[in-house]
Amino acid sequence: MELKDIINPNNLVYEKAKLLTENTMHYCPGCTHGVVHRLLAEVIEELDIQDKTIGVAPVGCSVFAYKYIEIDWQEAAHGRAPAVATGIVRTNPDKVVFAYQGDGDLASIGTAEILHACNRGENFVVIFINNGIYGMTGGQMAPTTLIGQVTSTTPNGRDAGRNGYPLKITELIAQLPGTSYVTRQSAHTPAAIRKCRKAISKAFQAAIAKKGTSFVEVVSTCNMNWKMTPVKANEWMEANMFPFYPIGDMKDSSKSEPESYSPIKN
Amino acid sequence: MGELRLMKGNEVIAEAAIRCGCDGYFGYPITPQSEVMETLMEREPWNETGMVVLQAESEIGAIHMIYGAAGSGKKVITSSSSPGISLMAEGISYIAGSELPCLIVNVQRGGPGLGTIQPSQADYFQATKGGGHGDYRLIVLAPSSVQEMNDFVELGLRLAFKYRNPAMILTDGMIGQMMEKVVLADYIPRLTDEEINEKYGSWVTNGRKPYRERNVITSLEMDSDIMENNNLRFQQKYAQMEEEDLLFEEIQCEDAEYLLVAFGSSARVCLKAVDLAREKGIKVGLLRPITLFPFPKKPLAALAKKVKGMLVVEMNAGQMIEDVQLAVGCAGCKVPVMHFGRMGGIIHSPVEVLAALEQKLIGE
Repeated sequence: MELKDIINPNNLVYEKAKLLTENTMHYCPGCTHGVVHRLLAEVIEELDIQDKTIGVAPVGCSVFAYKYIEIDWQEAAHGRAPAVATGIVRTNPDKVVFAYQGDGDLASIGTAEILHACNRGENFVVIFINNGIYGMTGGQMAPTTLIGQVTSTTPNGRDAGRNGYPLKITELIAQLPGTSYVTRQSAHTPAAIRKCRKAISKAFQAAIAKKGTSFVEVVSTCNMNWKMTPVKANEWMEANMFPFYPIGDMKDSSKSEPESYSPIKN
Repeated sequence: MGELRLMKGNEVIAEAAIRCGCDGYFGYPITPQSEVMETLMEREPWNETGMVVLQAESEIGAIHMIYGAAGSGKKVITSSSSPGISLMAEGISYIAGSELPCLIVNVQRGGPGLGTIQPSQADYFQATKGGGHGDYRLIVLAPSSVQEMNDFVELGLRLAFKYRNPAMILTDGMIGQMMEKVVLADYIPRLTDEEINEKYGSWVTNGRKPYRERNVITSLEMDSDIMENNNLRFQQKYAQMEEEDLLFEEIQCEDAEYLLVAFGSSARVCLKAVDLAREKGIKVGLLRPITLFPFPKKPLAALAKKVKGMLVVEMNAGQMIEDVQLAVGCAGCKVPVMHFGRMGGIIHSPVEVLAALEQKLIGE
C-alpha cells in the first residue's frame, strides 16, 4: 500500500475542528485548555451559532483563548468575565455568550462576579477550568489547591491553618436558583472527553433556550506547574482531585422552568 | 422647544439617558447619586425604549458590565460617587485601553476614604489624569447646572463614540441634589442591530458575521512595539480632542483685571462673586472650563497676558490650579495664580470667594 492510498479523505477519522484558527496554541504540552478549546469549537460549529456567539476570555493561562476560536471575543479583566458576559447578554439577549475562566480567576478574585451572575441567572455559559493552581504566574496557590498540595507559595504544602481550605465553588453555585445546569467533568481520557463535550453542548443548548446560567467545571491538570509528566499529572488528578472534586452532574433543571419565588405577602 | 420640567440633577441624568437612546445602565447605589438608578427603575425604560437597567453587585461588577455591553456596540452609561469611582478605576482603564465608548457620571462627595456625603471637587486629579493604571485620559465634562447635566449626557456619549474613548461627567452632590428647571431633549431612537453593524462593524463583538473578520475586544498586547504604537494612537486621540472638542465659557472677561477660574459648582458660586466684586468696583471675570480634559490651556494663556492675577476656586485643596499654573507658565506669563478651596463637603460662599480674592491678590 502506497502512502497516497492511506492519506486519503475516505480514511479521515480525525481533523482539526473547523472553527479552530491557524494560530499555534501557546499552551504547554499536556495542558487541558487545548482539549476544551477544541470541544468548544466543535459544539459552536455543531449548533451553528458562530454568527451569534461571543466568548469572554479571562486572565490566566487562557487569556489568549480569543486567538484560537473563530468567533467574536472580549478579553475581560481578572475575575470579571461574568460581569462582562452579563453586560453583553443583557443588551444582546438573543446572542449566545460564554465566559471561560480558570480557578484563580473564577474562585478567588472573581468570586463576587460569578456568584452574583449565577444568582441572577444570567443567561450565559460558564466554562470553569480547575487545575488547582495559578498557571500563568508560575504555580502559586489557588483557592482550589488541595490541602498538602505543594505550590510556589505553599512550598511545604497547603496548610488549612495558614491558607484556609480548598473552595468547592461549583457545589456552592449549584445551590443558586439562577443556575439551570451545573456539572463537573474532566478531559483526560477519550471517554471523559466525550462526556465533557456532551456537557458543554447541553450547557450551550440551555443558553440558547434561555434557561439561565449553565456551569461546566472541568477538573484539569497543570503538569508544568505540578512538575509532573502529562501522564503522571493525569494519574495524580485521578488519585487526589477526583475524590475531593467528584465528577458528575450536580444540577440539571435545563428542561424545567426556572424557579420563581414571591415570599412577600401583601 | 422641548419639554420644560423642574427636576433634580440626578433625576435628569436618568431621563436624559432614556431620551438619548441609551441601550443600558449598570450601577450600584451610593449617596449622593442613588436617584439616578431609582429614577430609571421608576421609569421602567425597558417597556418604553427597550433600555436595560441593572443593579449590579458592586461598582466593579457595574463597570465591567459596561465594558461588555460597550464592546458589543451598545450605548451605555453608569453613575457613581467618589468611593465607587475608585472601585471602577480598574474597569475604566480597561475600557480606555480597549478603546470602548461609554459614559461614566461621578457625582462627587468629599474624601479621602469614606469621607462625607456632602459635595466636593476632590476627584479632579482622578478624573483628568486617568484615575486607573496606564497612560490614558477620559473626556471630562463639568456641568454647572441641571440643564447641563441633561445636555452633557448626549454630548458625552457622542464624544465617547467619536473617539471610542470613555467620557465622564464630573459633577458633585450639589448639582446632583439641586432642583432647577430644565428643558428636556427630544427622544432619539436606540440604534438597531443593523445600524450598529453598519456604523461600528469594524470593531463590535456581537457575533461574527460571514462578511467580516471576527472582532476581538482586548487591551492586551505582548509585543512592546505594537503596544507603544497603541499608546501613540491614544495620545493622538487626546491631542485631537483638544483641537476639536474643547469647551469653556468666558464670563465678563473682556475688561477683567482679575480672573476667577472655576468649574462645576464652584463656577456657579463664582458667578455671584463676580457680580459682588463688580458692585464694589473690582473688575473680575470668570473662566469656566467645561471640558476639564481637554483643558482650556490656550484661552487661559491668552487671559494671563491681560489680567493682574488669577484665583482658582475649587472644592478641594488645589487640584485644577496645577493645570492653570502649567497653562500660564508655559505661556511665559508671571501673573500670580492663587488658590481658594474648601474641603470636606463645604461649599464656599460668594462672599468668601470675594474675600479670598481681595486678600490673596488685591491686598487690603
